[in-house]
Amino acid sequence: MEKFTTLTGIAAPMPLINIDTDMIIPKLFLKTIKRSGLGVHLFDEMRYNQDGSEKPDFVLNKEPYRNAKIIIAGDNFGCGSSREHAPWAIADFGIRCVISTSFADIFHNNCFKNGILPIRLPKEDIDKLMDDASRGANATITIDLENQEIKGPDGGTIKFDVDPFRKHCLIEGLDDVGLTLQREEQIKNFEEQRAASMPWLVR
Amino acid sequence: MGNPRTLFDKIWDSHLIETQDDGTSLIFIDRHMVHEVTSPQAFEGLRLAGRKVRHPELTLAVADHNIPTSDRSNGIVITNEESRIQVEALEKNTKDFGVPYFAMDDIRQGVVHIVGPEQGFTLPGATIVCGDSHTATHGAFGSLAFGIGTSEVEHVLATQTLLQKKSKNMEVRVEGALPPGVTAKDLILAIIGKIGTAGGTGCVIEFTGQAIMDLSMEGRMTVCNMAIEGGARGGLIAVDEKTINYVKGRPMSPKGAAWEAAIEYWKTLKSDEGAVYDETVIIKAEDLVPYVTWGTSPEDALPITAKVPSPAEARDAGKASAIERALKYMGLEAGTPLNEIEVDHVFIGSCTNGRIEDLRAAAAVAKGRKVADGMKAMVVPGSGLVKEIAEEEGLDQIFIEAGFDWREAGCSMCLAMNDDRLAPGERCASTSNRNFEGRQGRDSRTHLVSPEMAAAAAITGKLTDVRDLLKEGN
Repeated sequence: MEKFTTLTGIAAPMPLINIDTDMIIPKLFLKTIKRSGLGVHLFDEMRYNQDGSEKPDFVLNKEPYRNAKIIIAGDNFGCGSSREHAPWAIADFGIRCVISTSFADIFHNNCFKNGILPIRLPKEDIDKLMDDASRGANATITIDLENQEIKGPDGGTIKFDVDPFRKHCLIEGLDDVGLTLQREEQIKNFEEQRAASMPWLVR
Repeated sequence: MGNPRTLFDKIWDSHLIETQDDGTSLIFIDRHMVHEVTSPQAFEGLRLAGRKVRHPELTLAVADHNIPTSDRSNGIVITNEESRIQVEALEKNTKDFGVPYFAMDDIRQGVVHIVGPEQGFTLPGATIVCGDSHTATHGAFGSLAFGIGTSEVEHVLATQTLLQKKSKNMEVRVEGALPPGVTAKDLILAIIGKIGTAGGTGCVIEFTGQAIMDLSMEGRMTVCNMAIEGGARGGLIAVDEKTINYVKGRPMSPKGAAWEAAIEYWKTLKSDEGAVYDETVIIKAEDLVPYVTWGTSPEDALPITAKVPSPAEARDAGKASAIERALKYMGLEAGTPLNEIEVDHVFIGSCTNGRIEDLRAAAAVAKGRKVADGMKAMVVPGSGLVKEIAEEEGLDQIFIEAGFDWREAGCSMCLAMNDDRLAPGERCASTSNRNFEGRQGRDSRTHLVSPEMAAAAAITGKLTDVRDLLKEGN
């Protein structure tokens, strides 16, 4: 997994609440058997007309947001389907950080598995960042994961919380499966104890 | 011994392998269901790393999302190439890694969340995961069941464990009894309407109270299925005699001494007296009526007797602009009575409402009636076995005579990944779980309802209070 240390880039404002994973990547694009190449379909129905032309009003079709690396989103981003195609599409587009007041749980988990940092902040901070992001060329912000800080265009800083284990995995680019396989002895002991105490679960 | 524990605490504690200082825990997974959409990249990950599936016997795979629901008497042909490749990938992956797989032509094939309980693969007190958010369904059995992403699917395949932080525990207590004509679906829509689509975020919801325990297992599955639409990863309901009777004698459920030991344990699977929840929400069942959604989020649920809301009624500016957007998308005007909204499609099926009891309920409304002129109404059984039972009971004939299209099992128009989808602007009364923009086809419009309400809409051609039809008699 790609490491995440600091990120400086354009932040795109998406104030809509409850942006669901069907919006992020419609089912049409779930038929892939790969992880890559989904960026072009990110927010497909919001971003393109049926004939494939761009909808000029959609934020990621406007300069400078075509090169956005960060999204500032309305409440409850990523709700709905568990599809990991959503963070795959986001990452493939080039976005490595999403900031909102809240995230749906599965999406939030999926982000960390794909080198994307989801940041939860209070409403006042989101309003400020949304305002910054709306200022086009001045919408560049910096995310410093090590110090858990967001630096805005006007020099102000916002602190954020992140789970220590997930922070460690993002900074080091660690693979969960590899880490868990180091716990082989603990897993094996558990399996033996389970077979004895709940034999009906063994097949 | 110790403090009183909730049902969630009990299942969590019994699956905990270890906990790190920051609370990140490694938990054991008892049952893992796999479908074709969210697994190819996980199997590919195993291949690239040279890893095996640790417990193929605790894993069960079935293709459901891409499957055509057209007549299968002359075999099954998936015409869309990408869909076919995805199903073929599942066949190959399950073969290569030794994972049990129900093929497309197996009568046991169906929607993964219908198949698990039907086969006795779903068991009380177990931890159950699937790369699908509606895994919450299985919580109806007093099991801790939740949806995961594809990276986590790979993690479970390789290790039979997951890294998790313990969720909070919300109680939704439904006091009293549901009035006649008001179903499990209406109840869960009412709950989501009350708590909001993010109301359960970070929580496992335990549904308690008389109205919940009065529900059949099918009804409990409908309620838990949509816990995710209220933001909760899992729904939970205590084990009782109904749970045990449902599991008994299923092909994969325990037998003999293991069964006896299991039921002794399962009977303990309820929250202790005095156990503490992080939050409790109380719903009065007797106040409820049939519910429908008007907008593009499951929280946009209202009694059928209500009117389409206006942005001016919103709780805040964010919701006001969401209502405005939803009205435009749905082609509705604020103030329109919900029971005047005309629909041109009806979909009965899905992991929410594709079980035999759902089909019986819809058939009871459809019996002796005809669908409205121009109405396209389809019934998609949740599995081949549900279809078989329905046909034995003659439900297929009731639907066909009423003008419904009687189809084969699959996810179908719940998410429209196969050919069952709406054209732009078409409007559907649907027993599925999501009314998101584009869910049933690009620019399609979805109103979530119970099977009874869907059948009623098919007959009248508009959203209808089914209680009016029930009064008339068939």
